[in-house]
Amino acid sequence: MALKMRRSELLPGQKRLSPGSVVADVGLIGWFLFSLFPIAWMVILALKNAEEQTTTYFQFSPTWSNFATVLSDKGTQMTSVDFKAALLTSLLNCGGAVIVSLVIGIPAAYAAGRWKYKGSNDLMFQMLSFRFAPELMVIVPLFVIYNQIGLFDTKVGMIWVLQLVTMPLVVWILRSYFEDLPADLEQAALLDGYTRTRAFVMVALPIVRPGIAAAALLAFIFAWNNYVFPLILADSNAGTVTVAITKFLGGGGQAYYNLTAAAAIIAALPPLILALTIQRYLVRGLSFGAVKA
Amino acid sequence: MTTQTPKATATRPEQPAKAPSRVLPEIPTWRRRLRPYLLSIPALVIVIGILYPFVVGAYYAFLNYAAVNPNPHFVWFDNFKSVLGDQVFWSSVRTTAIFAVVATAVETALGVGLALLLNRSSFIGKIFEKVLILPLMIAPVIAGVIWKLMFNPQFGILNHVLGLGNTFDWLSSTTALWSVILVDLWIFTPFVAILVLAGIRSLPKEPFEASEVDGASWFYMFRKLMLPMLWPYILVAVIFRFMDNLKVFDHIYVLTAGGPGVATRTLQIGAFEDSIINLDYSRGSTYMLLLWIIVFITARYLVSVLGKAQRRAAGAES
Repeated sequence: MALKMRRSELLPGQKRLSPGSVVADVGLIGWFLFSLFPIAWMVILALKNAEEQTTTYFQFSPTWSNFATVLSDKGTQMTSVDFKAALLTSLLNCGGAVIVSLVIGIPAAYAAGRWKYKGSNDLMFQMLSFRFAPELMVIVPLFVIYNQIGLFDTKVGMIWVLQLVTMPLVVWILRSYFEDLPADLEQAALLDGYTRTRAFVMVALPIVRPGIAAAALLAFIFAWNNYVFPLILADSNAGTVTVAITKFLGGGGQAYYNLTAAAAIIAALPPLILALTIQRYLVRGLSFGAVKA
Repeated sequence: MTTQTPKATATRPEQPAKAPSRVLPEIPTWRRRLRPYLLSIPALVIVIGILYPFVVGAYYAFLNYAAVNPNPHFVWFDNFKSVLGDQVFWSSVRTTAIFAVVATAVETALGVGLALLLNRSSFIGKIFEKVLILPLMIAPVIAGVIWKLMFNPQFGILNHVLGLGNTFDWLSSTTALWSVILVDLWIFTPFVAILVLAGIRSLPKEPFEASEVDGASWFYMFRKLMLPMLWPYILVAVIFRFMDNLKVFDHIYVLTAGGPGVATRTLQIGAFEDSIINLDYSRGSTYMLLLWIIVFITARYLVSVLGKAQRRAAGAES
């Protein structure tokens, strides 16, 4: 009994279904009406047909066709947004960026988590400062440089600049995991005759695998959701979904609000699904390992 | 945590199990010392690769570089004089400050409130906890698109549901800043909430039980016990939110592009206008260098506050 109520008992006088909990529930329902309404409204809008999109609010005959239209060539002709291509580009850019960050970030995170060495903190805080630096400080010169060396609007250029987003995340989250890993485990492996590298690959890596997965997926989410980089450093060839989605609102031509809503849902789904799968690790990831939940 | 490799027990890798008694000489100290550096070299290359454009950008701020002037020369502080003497810049500073302070304050208050409610709630809280992060994981620019459709005065759902007719303009010069703050807190309040909730759940039980036995009131315990212990968690959330709000771009750009007029022209939007739309790279870089200085000073200050709070909370806990 006591064990079951442990979580809710941190504040005094807390019991399940007490007057206090009912008040809390009412407050929560208020927030979640506000929080979930825009999402619900997008779903409704995405299910409306072209006639209903601006004329009705809650009366409509649901249709899935908007989702198909957005992804089809017909939709591309209507809205002049090649959403399918943008989805693929996003996938390649973000996947590439995460892989590069993992390959380069895991050794650095391990070094910083396992050993105290001179300059370790400097490197880590330099990484962290990328998370907080105003993006345009780097992108404006990169815009000039990319145009000069031919990296403008290329996937390679995007993967490179996305390191600004994914690398600090991967390195900081994984450092916190490697710090928590007892050094004894690897030492035992060394005593058994493993080389240092094998001890790392066979012992340390498998234990922090959940952390690596969480860091990789979170980095993917943030790269996917990034907007400024592709907005400035890409055009039609390396343009991502976040840029494509704003073009639906595009100036001058006819507005397709139902298609916009459908595209918004398609573009928002991958991060949402990934986030729900790593929910346990979200707090630690979002706080860069500062809060270990 | 400071442990190094084992002292003298590395065996030959080719025959590990067969000859455990054959002990090889210790790995030389210099190689052990070098190891973390070798592992960090690729990351260091990335860091330098990102620092390079950063330094170039800082250099631009002292040139008169623009697309119309491809052969720039050094102009010392002319850009800073021109930017600092410009009313539009100061209006951007004001907008950025209002946005960052108000949005961060409201998000923190609401987030802490939500965390307390979730902690105290019955079964409903369990369900809500799962969907709490949905707005946070949607790209801010997509959130901007969603709210832009809802804000539309003619057919937008907000005016209809709230009974405001079809004339109320959410994105007019007087309302736009508050509307983008509303969108920001819709996205990011859950961020504060999940961090603080994790904090609440990690608190030790004993102090609360002890003071309950002593007959302390709920409010007294919240103020004297819970808040001091939660303070580090709240501060981490505040640091992330405030820093991000200082450089806000995505959802403002898609909602208003800085307008109407300069009503929502924050510093990053201003830098974008100057350097990417007007192609005046030097002016944009000057904006960014000034914003970077603001961010840097604020970050230093907030991190030192956090350090103090963590030490105090550790004292309060022990």
